[in-house]
Amino acid sequence: MSKPLKCDVCDENATVHLTQIINNQIHKIDLCESCAEEKGITNPDGYSLADLLVKPEKGSEEAAESLESLDECPECGYTQKEFKKTGRLGCEYCYETFRPLLGRALEGMHRGDQHKGKVPEEALERKSYEDRINSLESDLQKAIANEQYEEAAQFRDEILELKKSLEAEETT
Amino acid sequence: MVIKDIFDSKSVMTEGAAKKCPVVLMTRVRLARNLSDHPFPGWAKAPQKKEVLETCLPAIATLRPMKSGITAEIEELSELEKQILVERHLISRELSGSPERAGVVISKDQSVSVMINEEDHLRMQVVKSGYRFKSAWNAVNNLDTALEGGLNYAFSSRLGYLTACPTNVGTGMRASAMMHLPALVISNQMEKVVRAVNQLGIAVRGLFGEGSDASGSIFQISNQTTLGESEEAIIKRLSSVLKTIIDQEINAREKILENDPSKLLDKIGRAYGILQNSHLLSSNECMNLVSLVRFGVDLEMFPEEMRNIVDRLFIECQPGHIQYHAGKSIDTSERDACRSEYLRKQFENVDKPVKRILNPTTGEENADTESTNEEENDKG
Repeated sequence: MSKPLKCDVCDENATVHLTQIINNQIHKIDLCESCAEEKGITNPDGYSLADLLVKPEKGSEEAAESLESLDECPECGYTQKEFKKTGRLGCEYCYETFRPLLGRALEGMHRGDQHKGKVPEEALERKSYEDRINSLESDLQKAIANEQYEEAAQFRDEILELKKSLEAEETT
Repeated sequence: MVIKDIFDSKSVMTEGAAKKCPVVLMTRVRLARNLSDHPFPGWAKAPQKKEVLETCLPAIATLRPMKSGITAEIEELSELEKQILVERHLISRELSGSPERAGVVISKDQSVSVMINEEDHLRMQVVKSGYRFKSAWNAVNNLDTALEGGLNYAFSSRLGYLTACPTNVGTGMRASAMMHLPALVISNQMEKVVRAVNQLGIAVRGLFGEGSDASGSIFQISNQTTLGESEEAIIKRLSSVLKTIIDQEINAREKILENDPSKLLDKIGRAYGILQNSHLLSSNECMNLVSLVRFGVDLEMFPEEMRNIVDRLFIECQPGHIQYHAGKSIDTSERDACRSEYLRKQFENVDKPVKRILNPTTGEENADTESTNEEENDKG
């Protein structure tokens, strides 16, 4: 420790030093305690480093891009501000809502931006069954409302069949 | 009473090291999963969390590996019970700190535990003693597949398993090894190792994870990235780093034995003396002394049977465990007295360390390459 480092945000003496090296690129940040707290870094679980890095160094182009990101998740009401504070998301749909904001950060955190691991085959298959049943059910309701009984009967039979095979799947 | 069950059944963590395993104490693989269409626990409202807890607890408790295990809601546990579960790595400090509508299911042998409503809806882990990533991954993978049969996970084909924190997205997997690295610590090389390992996207932490210190020269080494690689690829990359660290540790041991054997023998002899005779022992000091005894076992200065006792003591000298054995609420200095009493008893009949200088190219190193190869075979 030769000379005290200055905080990257406010020029106070820095006491919090973050270093992360991914894909041989070094990312370093030095912060004073109050700035660190403000950025949510003192919580060892929170991950704001990527977020911090994205901001000051990129050009206005990216800044404009991040503005396109919705301010609030329509599904769960989680806000961009909250995300920046905690480094966490509110629900699965936040990944879409804050996609522009997340995109670059994810690349910095990981070794790529595409999942290459396990896939929950069984759950996905069941979900696709359920989705089809749901859509057929709304078709059925529509058909009944329009007094198209022949079509309604067809939808009903299809639903029954799907439910049967779904059950068969589950028991195996 | 949860805690009594915990102490009554044999645990992988405290009884596991049957096979000689000098450097890697245990391996762990954990998966983070969330239910579809439910906000993540940190943002969910109380009734939503309750619904997740009520859905997941029975789904997990009825899985085969969890048969005759322990199911608990964290809110119903006492502070001491929670602390003991944390010290045994069965729940996280985070879960213990925010127990509202959180739960845990633990298998009988304590090798499998699933936390509900931690940072993610589900955090499932499998722990194996020694260096066995392959078998830990297989076990947790099967558990996950069995759960998926009844639960819809939040998953995207692009980003994989969706987690509350983007650092876990993708596989949601954190694989870690608990490594005992006394020679690297003694020869001041840990900083160098940490720096090198970090460059490879691998994290080094203390025994109790994030923010904990490395008392007892025990380090938790785990993957940092979860997206862009398959689980197997991550484990392979981590394993190759672990092998390098094992080699470094063995080299450091050889060097110490070659250059300054008296210094090392002195450290180990003193540790033995203090453990047999002290009357006040803090948990940190205790960890460091017990760590030296383990080093002594590796050098065949103590009988091999000591390894199990030592590995158990790493957990049993923690504050919560001492408190539990005392049977009543006691303060820190009383705890230090209880701890020293417990350790005096443990070391009462342990013979003096045998003074011997191993040929550095035999014993140690052979034993270690053996266990490394085994992992490779295990993989093939």
